[in-house]
Amino acid sequence: MSSHQISVTINGEEHTREVEARLLLVHFIREEVGLTGTHIGCDTTSCGACTVLLNGVPAKSCTVFAVAADGAEVTTVEGLGNGGLHPVQQGFTEKHGLQCGFCTPGMMLTSKALLEENPDPSEEEIRWGISGNLCRCTGYVNIVKAVQRASELMKENSDG
Amino acid sequence: MIPPSFDYHAPDNLEEASRLLLANPEAKLLAGGHSLIPMMRFRLAEPAALVDLRKIPGLSGIREEGGSLCIGAMTRESELEKSDLVQSRYPLLADTTRVIADPVVRNLATVGGNVAHADPGNDHPATMLAYGASFVASGPSGQRTIAASDFFTGPFSTCLEDGEILTEIRVPEAGPGSGGAYQKFERKVGDYAVAAVAVQVQLDGGRIAGAGVALTNVGLTAIQAGAAEAALVGSDGGDAALDAAAQAAAAAADPTDDHRGSADYKRAVVRVLTHRAASSALARAREAS
Repeated sequence: MSSHQISVTINGEEHTREVEARLLLVHFIREEVGLTGTHIGCDTTSCGACTVLLNGVPAKSCTVFAVAADGAEVTTVEGLGNGGLHPVQQGFTEKHGLQCGFCTPGMMLTSKALLEENPDPSEEEIRWGISGNLCRCTGYVNIVKAVQRASELMKENSDG
Repeated sequence: MIPPSFDYHAPDNLEEASRLLLANPEAKLLAGGHSLIPMMRFRLAEPAALVDLRKIPGLSGIREEGGSLCIGAMTRESELEKSDLVQSRYPLLADTTRVIADPVVRNLATVGGNVAHADPGNDHPATMLAYGASFVASGPSGQRTIAASDFFTGPFSTCLEDGEILTEIRVPEAGPGSGGAYQKFERKVGDYAVAAVAVQVQLDGGRIAGAGVALTNVGLTAIQAGAAEAALVGSDGGDAALDAAAQAAAAAADPTDDHRGSADYKRAVVRVLTHRAASSALARAREAS
């Protein structure tokens, strides 16, 4: 059993800790750093509730060892808005893109990355893009509308 | 679920990684971790040490060189999905990567991991068998190249020796008249296949000059269906040949009854999927002629 000193930058702030090798990134984020917006759902790499952006890319943080994220930049839902609401958060608010809210942090981070890569996705592309994030409430209709609304808001922002 | 304790190593070169594997017989390699870490959480795997490949340079990337499409073992599935080269010239590979797990998993899951983990439910092994791909491994006694047909020795087992590390996958370069397709039937996004079929064909003057047919998750390893290949080669790719290949592939499958269906059902799925994959592969090969 080995322990390691690691530094992970989360939402722009560097966090240095001594961690056991087996500590998962999601536990590092929630328990070491205290950011509990990243949820633990299935614990089996299926549901995507624990999705964070790892160096800008959506990743299931229950399936990454914290020690392997040494030096990485992580964005969690707490870092999504910059003082206000990110367009994705605004879209989910306006279009009721959530019911219980459990999947929402992961859903929004995946949506942010999707819209950065494809600013104007079709409904099929949105459904494909979020297919690694499961909504137990099955509220996909409004989630898709929320992502479409976020796409509009992001375009308005970049035009303005 | 917390994985069992282990020692973690992240060497920055292959020689050191090999040395660590030899020094720790219970060690496992960590690539994308999306098969290994779930198994560790379920305690299906309890390696005493992990040797992480992430700091070793030169293990990822996609390029055509020396008659092959060379894919670094640490290349992420999402990189195949975004590669214009793969999307435009290697349709069998493009089909396959798109149905592995889900988009978030594919951001970290690696091609080499999918091959070397050798889960009979993994999708790349059948695709690599159908392509007639080869694998480059580096170990204590140097580098060697292994044919895909020799690589998979059992469930979760390969012919890699102690201390050997898969570094590159080589798929024969796509030429005029080649095409392929992967057909997977899954219960939901992200699941392993009920059954899946990879078909690669090479046309020569309207006839099939070469064919690869391989099956996913209907046996202890991915299965190369030689009789199905023989049914296609020399034919014009008409319905009779496709039917014969589909029957032969179903006969080559060796499935068991489980929660994904009965063995008879899975054989029927293989028959249908082989027909569809061969038909699609032929259409693509004709387009590429």
